[in-house]
Amino acid sequence: MNMRSISLFLSSEPARLVLFLLGIMAFVGLNAAYLVWVERKGAGRFQRRPGPTEVGPAGLLQPIADALKLLSKQLIVPAGVDRTLFRVAPLLMMSPALISLAVIPWGEHLAARNINLGLLMIFAFGAINTMGIMLGGWSSRNKYAIISAARVVSQSVAYEIPVLLVVITTILVTGTMNLNEIVANQAGPFWKWYLFRWDVNPLAPVTFLIFYTCMLAETNRAPFDMAEAESELVAGAYTEYSGMGFGVFFMAEYANILLGCSVATVLFLGGWQSPIGVLPGVFWFLLKLYFLVFSVIWVRWTFPRTQFYGLLNLSWKILIPVSLFTLILSSALVKL
Amino acid sequence: MIIEQTKPVLEGPKGDASPGRTDEPIAPGAVRASDAPAATGRETFVINLGPQHPATHGVLRVKMTMDGEYVVRAEPVCGYIHRMHEKMAENRTYAQFLPNTSRIDYLSAMTYTHAFVGAVERAAKIQVPRRAEYIRVITSELNRIASHLVWWGAFLLDLGGFTPLLYAFDDREKILDLLEGITGARLTYCYYRVGGLYNDVDDAFLNGTRTFVTEMRPRLKMYRALVTENIILRKRLIGIGPISAEMCRRYGATGPVIRGSGVSYDVRRLEPYSVYPEFDFEVPTFPEGDSMARYLVRMEEMAQSLRIIEQAVDKLPAGPVMAERVPRVLKLPMGDYCYAVEAARGRFMVRVVSDNKEIPYRVKLRTPCLSNLSLFEEASQGMLLPDALALMGSLDLVIPDIDR
Repeated sequence: MNMRSISLFLSSEPARLVLFLLGIMAFVGLNAAYLVWVERKGAGRFQRRPGPTEVGPAGLLQPIADALKLLSKQLIVPAGVDRTLFRVAPLLMMSPALISLAVIPWGEHLAARNINLGLLMIFAFGAINTMGIMLGGWSSRNKYAIISAARVVSQSVAYEIPVLLVVITTILVTGTMNLNEIVANQAGPFWKWYLFRWDVNPLAPVTFLIFYTCMLAETNRAPFDMAEAESELVAGAYTEYSGMGFGVFFMAEYANILLGCSVATVLFLGGWQSPIGVLPGVFWFLLKLYFLVFSVIWVRWTFPRTQFYGLLNLSWKILIPVSLFTLILSSALVKL
Repeated sequence: MIIEQTKPVLEGPKGDASPGRTDEPIAPGAVRASDAPAATGRETFVINLGPQHPATHGVLRVKMTMDGEYVVRAEPVCGYIHRMHEKMAENRTYAQFLPNTSRIDYLSAMTYTHAFVGAVERAAKIQVPRRAEYIRVITSELNRIASHLVWWGAFLLDLGGFTPLLYAFDDREKILDLLEGITGARLTYCYYRVGGLYNDVDDAFLNGTRTFVTEMRPRLKMYRALVTENIILRKRLIGIGPISAEMCRRYGATGPVIRGSGVSYDVRRLEPYSVYPEFDFEVPTFPEGDSMARYLVRMEEMAQSLRIIEQAVDKLPAGPVMAERVPRVLKLPMGDYCYAVEAARGRFMVRVVSDNKEIPYRVKLRTPCLSNLSLFEEASQGMLLPDALALMGSLDLVIPDIDR
């Protein structure tokens, strides 16, 4: 009877949500830690060096050592800063990613919340994360940080537009904002994925490329890492942050990469759908997700940073017109 | 008696060994920091770039008056690593000053020692054996390649690309190993002595150098394919930070900076020293004057240095590496002696004034980086901050060389 009540409690909606929330937080925490390890190892391989080797076998305990170091450091709040905003800013960047991950369908019945406006929710919360960097830079009372904050705002404005246009194109084709349904629509062999659906969107691969580029820009990853261009702005918006203040920003960067890659997987790579019909959906989802995450790391260690106006030019002169054109083309096709 | 080299093409009046100080106004229409708000009608703010900043690669401070992301005025502040090399020269003998010459530009130590021993040899009328001169050329050119490789890696680091640095250091490591084998030091060699060399080279060095030359050529090709032709890099360098030949002349900028502005100025060619006239090499020049031109000049120079090394190793004569009668106590005859070399960053000249004592009366070190930095203030006006930093990176500044 005891077991029965426990399982009953666990299947109740609030308990399910709490469990999923804990699960997502653990997932993001572990990923942030071990993606740093993957990134450092990967960077090492790209640069003909071994990467971390000292702590644990193959440096596997390095992220834990780093986390311990960050946790034990003093949290310095510089004189004259806006204390509230300064403290809140890292959380503002971290929490939207955590919340948005709640609607991602990891497997067929594995989503914290299966809501109809899932896609809208992700992009609504995605816009908040820009606020995080901006407020962090603004409240730091540091010139480098303020320049960085200004850059982040114009970068985000420039890149939210093409990404939303691309998403609208996808919504037009799928007819739903429910991520589960979007994935369900892509069932079957891999040419059913929206990445290869030339019949409904002739420019589907281009759409994916635009989405991918914008995701790099939104998460402030190289080659679009204007916000923390270390050779120009020291550490940009994060200059004044120490200890876990910086640590949360750092984790949020990886959480946002995870989120961006998850959305790309759902929208273009068929989510948890297996192209050959073996193994559970979670496996396929994670495989596609980590393939994208790896490509993000690959890009970072391959290209130099773009110029700031180059980045804006790319968005306003290439990405927005192209994505607008795709939108019109797809809507015409849908109408036919 | 004054032994003067051929008159420098680029420098101002004779003896003006610090061409950075010109009386020219910075530029017509230039905005000074003090009157910037009034002139533009907009508020400006000052950013201190340095003395500790990732972009300056050392303790250089640049006081930047900014209008948003635009540079209104960038004023370099030198002196944070001033070590009084010139004053130190005035209270030690010529031999005792030799180690200092490796520590002015630590990336191109060979050429700097060359200029100093060259000036002393010219004054004391010491004939250096041909084998020693050949080995000087080989080691100087190896040093030039090593120096350019460091610049290449650090410059791309400034542009946000971290990976090339490790590749550059991989190649540079081979050069450092070779030079360590014969000199015992990896950076501050002090290998040239008045009258010749510290010791002779061995077969391991010569064979290693031959192997290095054959291995380096495909690497340069790879760098061209992977980095030089990268679209992001090209967009960041082409047309950015133009420096005219006229501006180079005004500030006395030399080396790859002036060659990137289309002036074929190379001390090895125009004021030949050592055995350089015996080698077949080109002086790469690019007329555009932008950051890309300076980049390409250095990349091409590495290939030319490989050519020189190859010829020198093949033609290396036998014989001693030290002149026969070098007095133990060097007393230079009264006079004023100059010797200029083409260092990795441009013209480096040593001027020794002797009053017939064991220690020099005055040693003036004309370093290329100070002049190259001087034009930054004018050249960076109105540029965006990242572009200005790319321009600074393309000047290849070594901070101890500026302050010395």
